[in-house]
Amino acid sequence: MTLAVEIASWGFMLLGSFFTLVGAVGLVRMPEVFTRMHSASVMDTLGVGFLIFGMCLQAGFGLVTLKLLFLLALFFFTAPVVTHALAQACLHEGIKPKLAEDRRGTAGSRSADPDDGRQP
Amino acid sequence: MFAAAATAILVALALVITRAIKGPTVFDRVLAGNSVGTLAIMLLAVVGFLTGRPEFLDIGLTYGLLNLIGTLSVLKFFRHGDLAYDVESEPES
Repeated sequence: MTLAVEIASWGFMLLGSFFTLVGAVGLVRMPEVFTRMHSASVMDTLGVGFLIFGMCLQAGFGLVTLKLLFLLALFFFTAPVVTHALAQACLHEGIKPKLAEDRRGTAGSRSADPDDGRQP
Repeated sequence: MFAAAATAILVALALVITRAIKGPTVFDRVLAGNSVGTLAIMLLAVVGFLTGRPEFLDIGLTYGLLNLIGTLSVLKFFRHGDLAYDVESEPES
């Protein structure tokens, strides 16, 4: 039983480290700010989630696990708020997402609005 | 195990700081600053477990709340040009 919990804890911590590294590499290598937001969210959800879950298994029942779960809930609610505010501020400033192709012509069949329905 | 996680978090921190220095727009820097805060909280928790003193988690919780408020206030400043802007004078956008 104890060995199984130890192995599971190892696995979760290693997965969390992996996703944290992937998010950081993405933050350096992604081409523009909206895609960088995406890779920062990988770090905020999967990386932090797996690391905290591994630490919960390591701590067992008690106050420490409760604090870890509070930390997880904090990230769960604040990371989307920050990403949303950042995207809104970027669009307000006039930074447009870079697309592989310009879809405004093809979207005309569904909506005649040339602005693609995006709110500034 | 905790040492491996701490090493990964430190490497990630270095990469994120690279983006914060290099970032072409100010929003890249805000995003990198927020990620630095997140990684600092995780490093605090992991090092607390590494040294056998998980009481550091309280500091992490406080820092998480401060991180949210700091990032949002910077974004609000860049959007409105003022932290206490007048709602009446906001142009319809």
